[in-house]
Amino acid sequence: MKVEIRVQANAFDPLAELVPVHAAGPQVGGVVSFVGLMRDLNQGDRVHSMTLEHYPGMTEKALAAIVDEAGQRWALDMVRVVHRVGEVLPQDPIVLVAVASAHRGEAFRACEFIIDYLKTRAPFWKREQTRDGSSRWVEARDSDDAAAAGWSNGAEATPSGSAEPTASGEQT
Amino acid sequence: MIRVLYFASLRERLDCDAESLDAAPSTVAALRRELATRGAPWAEVFASDQRVLAAVNQTMAGDDQVLTDGDEIGFFPPVTGG
Repeated sequence: MKVEIRVQANAFDPLAELVPVHAAGPQVGGVVSFVGLMRDLNQGDRVHSMTLEHYPGMTEKALAAIVDEAGQRWALDMVRVVHRVGEVLPQDPIVLVAVASAHRGEAFRACEFIIDYLKTRAPFWKREQTRDGSSRWVEARDSDDAAAAGWSNGAEATPSGSAEPTASGEQT
Repeated sequence: MIRVLYFASLRERLDCDAESLDAAPSTVAALRRELATRGAPWAEVFASDQRVLAAVNQTMAGDDQVLTDGDEIGFFPPVTGG
């Protein structure tokens, strides 16, 4: 399994990131990707921008462990994870998870597993700046914990606790 | 000596991003108790009803994880990436 993990302050182009995943090899039958975008609305407030903090060193280690676990559960040919840090603006891609596999089922499951685990295990924190000039830390959501917990019994199927957007939720 | 790092809202509430402690408490739980004895704002941040996650040497760690000299311990709120 080829693995590429990047944590970066620079913006990225999600479509360009997919090109090498599509070219992962002749045995690849499908690529599934997830792109998390910044929304301009959270908890009823217009959000002007967001700053992502992380724990350098641990972040890369945590992401590598999540991808490694996905590789043990499913037969994957390539996984690419890209995550922004620093300031992001509405509509900016924040995270990309792309998975190439021989079969779509494994690619779908692994992609959802990786983003569900990333949201509860990778040390990133969002601070949002609202239009009125104030700023606040984004609160963790129970629905994200539930989504990650749905995978913990080794289930191969999509977990029933899969995160759904809520009225008070932020993006992704 | 151990190195202790604080992130995100914890760093702001404690007004501290990192420090070194001469002696390593026996476990993560013991370190939490020691930090909580410092008075405000430490006592509130490390009160038992607060959800503060810990990592030892950059891997998520439970309260019973044993600490040894040279360890790096990170404390932070629940994560919100993705």
